[in-house]
Amino acid sequence: MGVLSPLGIGVDENWRRLCAGESGIGPITRFDVAEYPTKIAGEVRGFEATNWIAKKEIRQMDLFIQYGIAGAALAVADAGLDQSPVADPERFGVFVGAGLGGLSTLESTIAALKEKGPRHGISPYFVPAIIVNLAAGQISIRHGAKGPNLSHVSACSTGAHSIGEAFRTIVHGTADVMIAGGTESTVTPLGIGGFCSSRALSTRNDEPTRASRPFSASRDGFVLSEGCGILVLEELGHARARGAKIHAEIVGYGLSADAYHITLPPPGGEGAQRCMKMALRDAGIAPEQVGYINAHGTSTIADVTETQAIRAVFGGHAERVAVSSTKSMHGHLLGAAGGLEAAISVLALKHGILPPTINLDDPDPACDLDYVPHVARATQVEYAMSNSFGFGGTNAALIFRRAEF
Amino acid sequence: MTTSKTNDIEAKVKAIVVEQLDVRDEDVTPSKTFTEDLGADSLAIVELVLAFEEAFGLKIPDNEVDNIKTVGNAIDYIKKNATGAKSATGAN
Repeated sequence: MGVLSPLGIGVDENWRRLCAGESGIGPITRFDVAEYPTKIAGEVRGFEATNWIAKKEIRQMDLFIQYGIAGAALAVADAGLDQSPVADPERFGVFVGAGLGGLSTLESTIAALKEKGPRHGISPYFVPAIIVNLAAGQISIRHGAKGPNLSHVSACSTGAHSIGEAFRTIVHGTADVMIAGGTESTVTPLGIGGFCSSRALSTRNDEPTRASRPFSASRDGFVLSEGCGILVLEELGHARARGAKIHAEIVGYGLSADAYHITLPPPGGEGAQRCMKMALRDAGIAPEQVGYINAHGTSTIADVTETQAIRAVFGGHAERVAVSSTKSMHGHLLGAAGGLEAAISVLALKHGILPPTINLDDPDPACDLDYVPHVARATQVEYAMSNSFGFGGTNAALIFRRAEF
Repeated sequence: MTTSKTNDIEAKVKAIVVEQLDVRDEDVTPSKTFTEDLGADSLAIVELVLAFEEAFGLKIPDNEVDNIKTVGNAIDYIKKNATGAKSATGAN
């Protein structure tokens, strides 16, 4: 697994801070926020592109692709594939998507176009620098992955859909090994401004670390973040045969559409319910077997809807299942969120620790589940579910099982 | 064109090639080809030509770009056309 987030670079730093209940949110440093109502975000700090990418190639790609390359390199190293390459490269694929693509390059190119005109204002690398599927393309080039190569785009569900589709690709027999997840970098004037304009972002600028407060009565919107979450999925027999380190097993995937509204969930989260039920059926398990849910929980009005959907799917077990939104700590990585949160769900199974929902001082009366408030909890669970819901009413749910060692 | 101006052009071309293609200064000699010797792909060539245009205030037509295969070709083209353009228009 390879992750970059406002909490740090790499799985170890992220997990340490998640277990400590720390926030990675802070003031925006990338551009002048004077005119923007939201002045805080979750920026990746200390990223040195030259650690991962040749200097001359860096300007050929937007930051979201650079993050994807770094995350994939970390995941491939973690899986030991840098030491023992995949035997058949044609059965080695990449599904890494993004929600929005290269916004910052788009913005700087439009500015240069106005200033210098089309001949000198637009780099020959402009198109490959911004298009979403160059994340998957660049990763395939670097790791010699000649199998299936796609970048799914489903807003905030992108990372989860990518992992779910990669899971199916392996189950279907098309590939043995898949690099899968999401990457995103939209802490830019258009990214922040766009979500400000739709009144989706928290404006709690004076206390950034307390701004993302899922399930809280005083929540006032999500906190935009960036980074990536990338997993290596591998057919079990293939992984065992090469003695790979197995963190967990992916066993279920559900996907659905609300068919309701461009940004709002339907009453009761009907689409999310069907998605979670499909994932449970796919895994062949009863709702009672799920011990932990990493919620979509964005710190918006939709936290109530997700709570209702969990109640509808899990029935009486909803009183017992632990649900946390780690977005309280790392913010909302949009297309990368599902990838990062899948990695966190796997780590929760592996370490027997459930990361908390921080900033939950005043729970919304309509949000009445066990959200693992404030502090991490040592609990060994067998199955973990990770939910992701995106604009357009597109839903994804993944289920992971603890690996038997 | 004076010798010092000629040397200026050569130094400037070399500096641009080093920066754009991320190669070592000592590797940029007149006989080196951009593609085989200095590792440029077709997009890198486009970017390089645009950088020459900006630096020397000229426009290199696409059919001329095809003839600029080496560092020396670039230096020669720029020497000829940078001065030619100036005398033709009388500008600067």
